[in-house]
Parts: sequence; C-alpha cells; structure tokens
Amino acid sequence: MRVTIKDYLFESRLFMQRSVQALVFAALLIAVLVGRLVYLQVVAHEHFITLSDDNRIKILPLPPNRGLIFDRNGIILADNLPSYRLEITPEQIHDMPATLDGLAQLIDIRDIDRKRFDKLRARTPSFKPVPLRFHLSDEEVARFATDRHRFPGVDIVAGLSRHYPHGSLAAHALGYVGRIDERDLQRIDASNYSGTTHIGKVGVEKTYEQTLHGSVGYRQVETNAEGRVLRTLVRSPPVPGENLYLTLDAELQHIAEQAFGTHSGAAVAINPETGGILAFVSQPAYDPNLFVNGIDTETYQALRDDDDQPLFNRALRGQYPPGSTIKPFVGLGGLEQGITTEHSHTYCPGFYQLPGKDRRYRDWKRSGHGTVELNSAIAQSCDVYFYDLALSMGIDRLHSYLSQFGFGTRSGIDISGELPGLMPSREWKRASRNQPWFPGETLITGIGQGFMLTTPVQLASATATLSKYGRRMTPHIVASTQKSDESSLTPVANDPMLYIPIEQREHWHAVIEAMHEVVQGKHGTARKAGKGAPYQFAGKTGTAQVFGLKEEEKYDAAKLEERLRDHSLFIAFAPLETPKIAVAVVVENGGSGSAVAAPIARTILDAYLKMPETP
Amino acid sequence: MTPYLDSHREDASRRDWQHILHLDAMLLFSLVALSTLGLFVLYSSAGGDDQLVIRQCVRLGIAFSAMALVARLRTQWLARWTPWLYGSGLLLLAAVLAFGDIGKGAQRWLDLGFVRFQPSEMMKLAVPMMVAWYLADKRLPPSPGRFLIAAALIVAPVLLIAKQPDLGTSLLIASSGFFVLFLAGLSWKLLGGLSLLVGAGAPVLWHFMHDYQRQRVITFLDPEQDPLGAGYHIIQSKIAIGSGGLFGKGWLNGTQAHLEFLPERSTDFIFAVLGEEFGLLGIIVLLVIYSIVIVRCIYIATQAQDTYSRLLGGSLAMTFFIYIIVNTGMVTGLLPVVGLPLPLVSYGGTSMVTLMAGFGILMSIHTHRKLLPT
Repeated sequence: MRVTIKDYLFESRLFMQRSVQALVFAALLIAVLVGRLVYLQVVAHEHFITLSDDNRIKILPLPPNRGLIFDRNGIILADNLPSYRLEITPEQIHDMPATLDGLAQLIDIRDIDRKRFDKLRARTPSFKPVPLRFHLSDEEVARFATDRHRFPGVDIVAGLSRHYPHGSLAAHALGYVGRIDERDLQRIDASNYSGTTHIGKVGVEKTYEQTLHGSVGYRQVETNAEGRVLRTLVRSPPVPGENLYLTLDAELQHIAEQAFGTHSGAAVAINPETGGILAFVSQPAYDPNLFVNGIDTETYQALRDDDDQPLFNRALRGQYPPGSTIKPFVGLGGLEQGITTEHSHTYCPGFYQLPGKDRRYRDWKRSGHGTVELNSAIAQSCDVYFYDLALSMGIDRLHSYLSQFGFGTRSGIDISGELPGLMPSREWKRASRNQPWFPGETLITGIGQGFMLTTPVQLASATATLSKYGRRMTPHIVASTQKSDESSLTPVANDPMLYIPIEQREHWHAVIEAMHEVVQGKHGTARKAGKGAPYQFAGKTGTAQVFGLKEEEKYDAAKLEERLRDHSLFIAFAPLETPKIAVAVVVENGGSGSAVAAPIARTILDAYLKMPETP
Repeated sequence: MTPYLDSHREDASRRDWQHILHLDAMLLFSLVALSTLGLFVLYSSAGGDDQLVIRQCVRLGIAFSAMALVARLRTQWLARWTPWLYGSGLLLLAAVLAFGDIGKGAQRWLDLGFVRFQPSEMMKLAVPMMVAWYLADKRLPPSPGRFLIAAALIVAPVLLIAKQPDLGTSLLIASSGFFVLFLAGLSWKLLGGLSLLVGAGAPVLWHFMHDYQRQRVITFLDPEQDPLGAGYHIIQSKIAIGSGGLFGKGWLNGTQAHLEFLPERSTDFIFAVLGEEFGLLGIIVLLVIYSIVIVRCIYIATQAQDTYSRLLGGSLAMTFFIYIIVNTGMVTGLLPVVGLPLPLVSYGGTSMVTLMAGFGILMSIHTHRKLLPT
C-alpha cells in the first residue's frame, strides 16, 4: 500500500498561487463589467435617457368635436351623439382569433364587423387601435367591463358619433361623414386628424370639412409599461369645429321632398336676393346614417344597383336638356341683342324648315300656333318662334348670352361634386367632335334640346338671376358659421358675382310678363298649376326628350316604357314684383312639364310664401 | 506532529467576541452593509410595499441566524458528515425528478409533508464540500485519474439539476465544484482540455436545451429581434441602467422601475433599479462591498489550516463571485438571461439561506483555527 505523502508547504504555496490567479480572474471580469457600466451610464447615457423618456411620455391626440349643422331656423340636421366603440390594439394581442372568439361571447360581433376589422387592421400600424364594433349598448359595455382583465389590448372608447336625426332629409345636400381612408389621407393634414376617425365624404360635410373639423389638441401623458395613462403632464385643448347654419329650410325641404311622391327627380329652390339655397331635393334619397360607420356590402350594393339611383345627386350632377325652360332666356337674348322686338310676329304652321332644306322641324303642337309674338310664344311655348329666333341669333350670340346666366359652367355652389352641364358652341363642337357647327343644331338649341345640358342648380340659379334683372348670385347653402364658444354667427360672405348688362329694362319686364302668362294667363301652358295662387308668379314649363322622335312620329307616352318617357321640367319664381323664391324642378320621365313638375313647384312656392318672414 | 492534534491551547488575546460567537467582524459588517443597501433598493423597486420589505427582513434574519449557527460547527465535523450530506442530496435530487412539485414550469421542490424543500439548494454547499473532502487527503495537484473521479462527483448532481430544469443553479454548482479543482492546483493542461471539452459540448448541450433556454440564448445574441417578447427584459434593463447616468435619478425616482417597464425588478433585475436610481456611483459602492467580501473570504481560505477548509472556503468565495458576475452580466446585457438573483440584494428566500450558510462555513473556518506552534 502506497503511503501518500503530502507536502504541506508546497500545497499551501500552490493554494496561495491559485487564489491569486482566481482573484485576478475575478478582477478582470469586474473590470469588464465596470467598462460595460461606463458605456451604458456615461457614453450612451443620452441615448438611454431618450429611450427612457420615450418609454414613459406619450403624446395623445385630443380630437376636436365636429361642428353641428343647423337649418336656417336652428333645426338640427347633423348632430354628434355619444357612443361607445370597442377597439383592439393588434400589437398587444397574442392570439387574435382566440381574442375575437372570446369577445364574441360577450358582445354581438357579426361577420361584417370582422371583415371590416380585418380590412382596417391590414392598413393600420399594429400599435394603433383598430375599431371592432361601434355603438355598443349599455349592456354590452357592462358585460365587457366585468371581463376586461381577460382581454389586454382591448378597450372600450367613449366618443361622439355623427348622427343625422332626420334620416334622408336633405341627404344630398348634407352629405355624410365616413371613416378616413387612404384617399382622404392624401388630401388632409394627417397630424390635425390624429385621433379623428371620420371625415366629410360628400355634400356640405365635405365642402366645409375644415370648418366643421376644428383643430386637434394634445395631451402629454406619463404611462406605465402597459400604456395605461398615469397622469397628464401637459394639456393643449382642441379647438372644436364650427357649427354651420344653412340657408336651407328643413320644413320646406320636407314639403318639397314629399311633393315628389314616388317620382325621381330634383328640385332646387333659391332665394334670388341672396343666392341662398332654400330647398335642395334629389329624389329618391338615402339615409346618410348608414354610411357613418361603414355601410355593409349588401346594403351598399342594393343602393348602388337600385334602378332609381338613390345615391345619384340629381340636383347637382343630373345633366338634363333644359327643354322649353330655356325659351325665356333665348327670348331675352333676342330682345337685348336687338334681333327681334317684343311685337315682332312669326307665323307658326306647326313646323319649321331651314331655307332650301327639306327637313321639317316639328312644333310640339302639330296644328301650329298661328301668328305669335314673344309673349304668346313663351306663354304657349311655341317652338317655331324660337327656331326662327335662334337661327337669327346664331349659335355664337346664343352661346355668349346664355352663358351669362351660368349655363355650361359650374354655379360654384358650396356642395361638392357639381357638374357643369353643357352650353354648346362652335369651339366646343370643333374641340370635342372635330366637326363644324350645323344650322339645324342652332335651331334645336333654341328650344333647349340637342347638345345643351343643364343641372337643376343651374336652372334655379338662372331663374333667380332672371327674376332679379340680371343680378346673379353664387348659389350657396351655408349662411353662417358659429364658433363653439360664441353665440354670435359669422355670415359667409356672398356678394353678387355678376350683373348681366341691361340694354332695356322693358325687355326683361316683357319676358317676365310672358312667364307670368304661362301660369296665370288664359292660354298659358301651366295655367292649371297657377290656378288659385294668392300671389302673382312667373314660370315656364319644359319637356326634355329622353330620345329623339322621327319627323312624323307621334309621341305616345302610354306606349313607351316609363324609363324612356320625357323628363318634365318647370322653372318659376314668386312673387312677381319682389321675388323671394326661385325654383327649378326636374321630374325624370314625368312626361310634359305642366303635368308633373309645375304642381311640385307650386307646392314649394305656396309653402314658402306662407311661412313667416325671416330676416 | 500533525495539524489534526487537538491542542486546545488558544491564545488569550483571541478570546474576543469574534471567537466567542465564531463570527468574522469584517465579513459580518460587509454582509450587513450589503443587506441594508439591498433593503433600500428593494423598498424602491417594490413601489413602497412595506410588506415585501418586512418579509425580506425576516428572511435576512433567518439567513443570518443560519450563518451564525453554521459558524459554530467545527470544520472537522463538517468534513466528517460531507459524504452523507452529498449522498442524501443526490438521492433527493433523483426523488425530485420522480415526485417533485412543479413550480414556474420546473420541478425543483420536494414536498416532505411538513416543509417544501429544494434539494438543489443543499447541493450548492454539498458539492464543493464533497470535492474538497475527496481531495483533502490526496496529494495535490490531483492526478488525472482523481480529477476524473472529482469531475464525476460534480457532473452527476449538475445533470440532475439541469434536467429539472434549473440552468442557473446547475451552472453555479458546476462552477463551485470547478473552483475546488482549480484551487487544488488542477494542471493547466487539464484545464485547457476541459475548456475544449466544454466548447465541443456546447452544440450537444444546445440539443438538450429546453425551448425557453434556447430562446434566452437567441435573445441574448440579438435582443432587438423581439423587443416586446423575450428581448424586452434586456432592452428595458439597459434603458434603466443607461438612463441612470453617473449619479442616478435618485432614490424612489426611477421611472423605468416605478412605471413598471422593468420586469422582475424586485428579484433578478434589481441591479437595474440600483443603476437607475443611484447611477454608476451607487453600483461602484455595491461592487466595492462585494469585492471586500470576496477578498476577505479568499484571505480566510488562505489562512485556513487544513486542505479541506482551504479548498471549500476558496470555492465558496469564488462561487459568490460567480453569482454576482452572472447576475450583473445578465442585467447589463453581457450574458444571456439566466435566472440568478443578485446575492443579498434581490428579494428571495431559500437561496439566501444557503448563501449565508456558506458564509457561516467561512466564519467557522476562520474562528476555529488553532494556533500553530511557531
């Protein structure tokens, strides 16, 4: 057996040696640690201070409340209602399908909600909350509150939601707000919209977006790691959007809409003095509330594919041939330009032929009107008189005179999406069709057919201008704005945009007298519509062909499908001496102007003139 | 004559309170200073939670009592019981794997009916004791054959603990065993071979790792890849320390800690709270006290009179250092996240008792010395 001999002195020295080596090892590692700490706390200190502040200080936007919209009597047309919405911050969710399924047990979540959520989520950065449901009921809010701990990253947010209390009333004038989409983002200052979810999409809501929206405010807050706000450091309140007071009269609007019954069409009523829109009808309309929080596909498709086109703003974008409603303007042009006189005679045999041509241009009255002058030509709407006058004027003078009334150009109304109509000219035809102008085209322009197209807004504005002897106002629907903290109103400036030069006031008077004959004369085309009116007024019927008839063909409304029937038009203003309201009515496929459009216009005039005077 | 002779002749001048109580004043004061500093940081990290601080005080009381108790045990007595302690520890570890409770996803606890017990804590002391016991009467430096036996004594419990899985503790136990071997004079050739073996073993180890352990390594290598998931701890603790600067944000003013950005801020990541609120200066103070403790322990080991005490004492000192460097390295982003507390500062129970029992052994070594005839 080998005896181990231990050398204590050697082992003690060995241990001492190794202990020193271990301490050196430890010292080296501690030096590395201290080096690291110097780097973190001295060299990169500023960087980490920034990160630390970023961690705890967050800027939260305070979206401004959207301005309200009132009619001219203070009836509210667009309102903000408190509502709760459920939002999910995708970044904080580990298992999205499970979270959605869990929520579905507490809250009614339909497939459309999920689809919309997925769509929104795909284009939102994951740290930003995405709404899943809007307008939660109180019960749903309570149910979620009890189970909230199960859903980190899911929040209920109280907010205001746009509401149109009268539903489809004046829908085409007001428009609606909808969720901000990518196209909106390109035209807005995104920082002013941080925290804002909705934006005006069409109508007044869009035109006055800036005024209604206001300016965003900020709240600098300290948060914990979960993003919960602990306290507010700095607060800069938002500037709420301004309220809008419209020139529109909600009651008149309602009456006008009702007057259409089941007809499709448009009516625009204007105060000739100011250019303010009193009624703005496009029938059928739709409920703008459907669009506020995203319309579901089925409802939208139903609206879009409806044959009556409820989404189509006929008053603003419907371009119709003016038909005979153009005749007073043509007649006035003939007088003012010295081409004809008030008492010049024209014989109407029921047709018109261009010199040396075979083609007969029909009068609507096959038997003819006999000998007519300006007054009877307008009152009975003789086509032959205006064929002759138009030919004498020529397209150039016709174009320049009618253009002064705003035909062929956008009226500049403060509702977005207006179309310009068309006032044809040689230049236009050369440019658009590369064809010369033919004299026959001048003829039919004289009775408002052919290429010429007008919108109901243009017609109403032109009628108002005529009633005021050429004083043309830009039609507008917003009368004044009101800052949220002030009771006083700031009127929206609206000066006359043009005074049409007057050669002789008598010419204007003669035309207006002729229009008076239309409704209140013995032989006027709309004498039925004018019967029993307690005031004097002026009007003109019009019938716009939807498709052309052959020379000898007789128009038989009963045989035609409704959709191919003529459009019925009527323009009017009242009272005769001191006009307070001018109106243009277009009833699609309504047949003759006197039968359908004139009574609607009369209803509007009656209702408005019965109302007590407002300043 | 041999040092085993019981001379019992003690120097009258040494019969002061340190020898009566078997405590070492310098070590004791350093440990008390550490605990006090720790309580201050803990109070802040707990957000003024008195209860947490009180519980920590109770634990410190138990731990210091354990230290004082162990300090009274003679090292010869400890040496005699070492094989039994080690053997039963090994058996208990096997029992934990077979019947243990699962806590926080790992099997570490053994429920003995009246008390829940963590055998791996026992092995923190038993392994270096066993290796020291085995080498004590052998000729040093150890021969390759004896090295292999000693290595087996270390590897067996380390593997059992790693299997629980408890990477932090198995690492600590492995290093405590390793330091015994190193201090026993293990030849540099064998050390080199050992490190080669570890290097080659790393891919094998990777294969046997749990997913969360692998994730920790991946996260360590690139914390930014998952800033809100696994990398969050490291990023936030770096922000906390870095934003503390030279002098810190002041006690109770750490925004990272108080706004709850810093996870595990009372336990494994408490060092970051210290760095945020007391700055580099506060950390240097802590490191200086730690250094005093380590140097004092090494000094005690060099002054020990038998090989067992020497090797055990030195190993315990270095294991304490490993604790510190692994925790601070993890919190500062130098090392992967390994769940080890910062000794005497982090909130936590069992491991503190074991740690203080280790200091008890060191005090025993120092205060049970016999005067050698000169």
